[in-house]
Amino acid sequence: MAEAPLIRLEGMCKRFGSGETAVRALDGVTLSVFPGEVVGLRGPSGSGKSTLLNVVACITPPDEGTLSLDDGPVWADGRYLVADLRALRRKRIGFIFQFHNLLPFLDATDTVALAMTLAGADLASARARARGLLDVLGVGRRAAAMPARLSGGEAQRVAIARALANDPTIILADEPTAALDSERARSVMDLLRRVARERRAAVLVVTHDEKIFGLFDRLVALRDGRIEAVATAA
Amino acid sequence: MNLALRDIRHRLSRFLITCLGVGLLLGVALAMVGISQGVVAEALALTRSLRAELWLVEAGTRGPFAEASRIPGDVREMVARVPGVSAAAPITLRTAEMAAPGRIIRAQVMGYEPGRPGWPSNISAGRGLGGARHELVADERAGLGLGATVLMGQDRYRVVGLTRGLVASGGDPLVFIHLRDSQELQFKLSPPAARRAAASGAGQGSTDTVNAVIARLHPGADAREVAEKIRRGKHLSALTDAEQSELLTRSVANRARVQLGMFTVVLLFVTGVIIALIIYTMTMDKLREIATLKLIGAPDRTIAGLVLQQALLLGLAGFAAGLALIFAVRDRFPRTVALGPEEIGVMLAVVVTICALESLVSIRAALKIDAQAALGG
Repeated sequence: MAEAPLIRLEGMCKRFGSGETAVRALDGVTLSVFPGEVVGLRGPSGSGKSTLLNVVACITPPDEGTLSLDDGPVWADGRYLVADLRALRRKRIGFIFQFHNLLPFLDATDTVALAMTLAGADLASARARARGLLDVLGVGRRAAAMPARLSGGEAQRVAIARALANDPTIILADEPTAALDSERARSVMDLLRRVARERRAAVLVVTHDEKIFGLFDRLVALRDGRIEAVATAA
Repeated sequence: MNLALRDIRHRLSRFLITCLGVGLLLGVALAMVGISQGVVAEALALTRSLRAELWLVEAGTRGPFAEASRIPGDVREMVARVPGVSAAAPITLRTAEMAAPGRIIRAQVMGYEPGRPGWPSNISAGRGLGGARHELVADERAGLGLGATVLMGQDRYRVVGLTRGLVASGGDPLVFIHLRDSQELQFKLSPPAARRAAASGAGQGSTDTVNAVIARLHPGADAREVAEKIRRGKHLSALTDAEQSELLTRSVANRARVQLGMFTVVLLFVTGVIIALIIYTMTMDKLREIATLKLIGAPDRTIAGLVLQQALLLGLAGFAAGLALIFAVRDRFPRTVALGPEEIGVMLAVVVTICALESLVSIRAALKIDAQAALGG
């Protein structure tokens, strides 16, 4: 790929604890995710998948290595190089969670509109754009529904719409299909692939879900904080 | 987008029940403040109603409320002649029990002469005393209707007028009767030995004794100067109305007021602790939502605003509920519950301050929530 990676980790290390009980959650991981690419992270519990996602999300500071997002350095020399990490997350990163994490007191439209207003949009235009986004993702008819009234698949689509609300270049997904059946899991993955292609976004997905392993452009296997293998789509 | 209101609307019944609980607590605190103010209002009700400018009582005493005072009835004429005095009137005051059909009413009985200062100014129904004997004007708290009769001493009195808000410092309703009736009543209710001595001309002598003489002054007359003149020349204690009010507040009402005030402070402290726990619990119930907000980039002010606004709404709604409760039931209290705009305003400010300060603890906890809590199961 000729384009610069949107996510770039080099020699990333992260330890938890100290002394004899210290655990190396990440041990020199180097990984790049390019525009339009959907990369999966798999591995047993404790392999470092979630830590890697948290490091990329800038919610867990690493110990060593460098991190660049959207072609800009974010972590180097043992410190963050960006002052407002939440603003970085608001504008450049979209999150998709295992259990959707929709705020129970906001309907689908306002769930998406909230992310937009946090980034500075006015409420009226945010709602209009949110409805459009929900339409694109196939849940436009559920725009006024509260989260408790949404099916698992609908809720995950609303969550994806929220993740896309501010046109992020990076999408991080934590077990996005774990709570879905095969058909809905494939549908969500198709959606993520479409988003990655159409928006030229980099999508990094942590998953245990074997039924979607074949749907990634690359599938990175982690073990003991190191990259064990990388499988590329045929 | 107001997240605090949206969250409350989502959990409306739970929020309302919480507000009701807080409202009950604040209602009790408001009642204590009202009763505390009521003690003063009750103590001063009679002096305010009589609109006296001077109180003349037995020399060396601070009567007739704080101490016993007995002076001859003819003191009135002497006082009336003092320069600066426009009118003077004798009054008697004593506690007595009246027998009404089916019940006994304990009351503070005041005797006055119709046509002279001393009549109650806040008559709500009927009329004041006329020329006829054995008439009675009673406060509504006595529970008597116009035309009702009661037995006091050995005489039957008929209710011809009702007043509102006139109770003694002990909470007993005030009733007014003719001065002559009250002097006879004084005699009839005295112990038999004293009564025999008085009837035979021995002992305390004449029944023409009163407890105080009240005086009104000519416009421009200085109450202190006139009081000083009477103290020197007439061998009486003379108190201005301001001094009498101060005496009533300090000696009669203050201890009860301090007691109630201390209880109110304790109650507000307990209320504060409970509100703090409720706000904290409300915040921690939203741990995952707050973590999600942080992860999607919500700034601290959004999260702090959510907690602060909910704390204030809880306090304001609880305060409104407590106030409504107290206004609904305050007439059923045996003592006056005096809640004016000033007391309500101060209590509202206290509640808002408590909620704002206590939300700081929850805001601190909310801001400490790790965004990672939004990830994983």
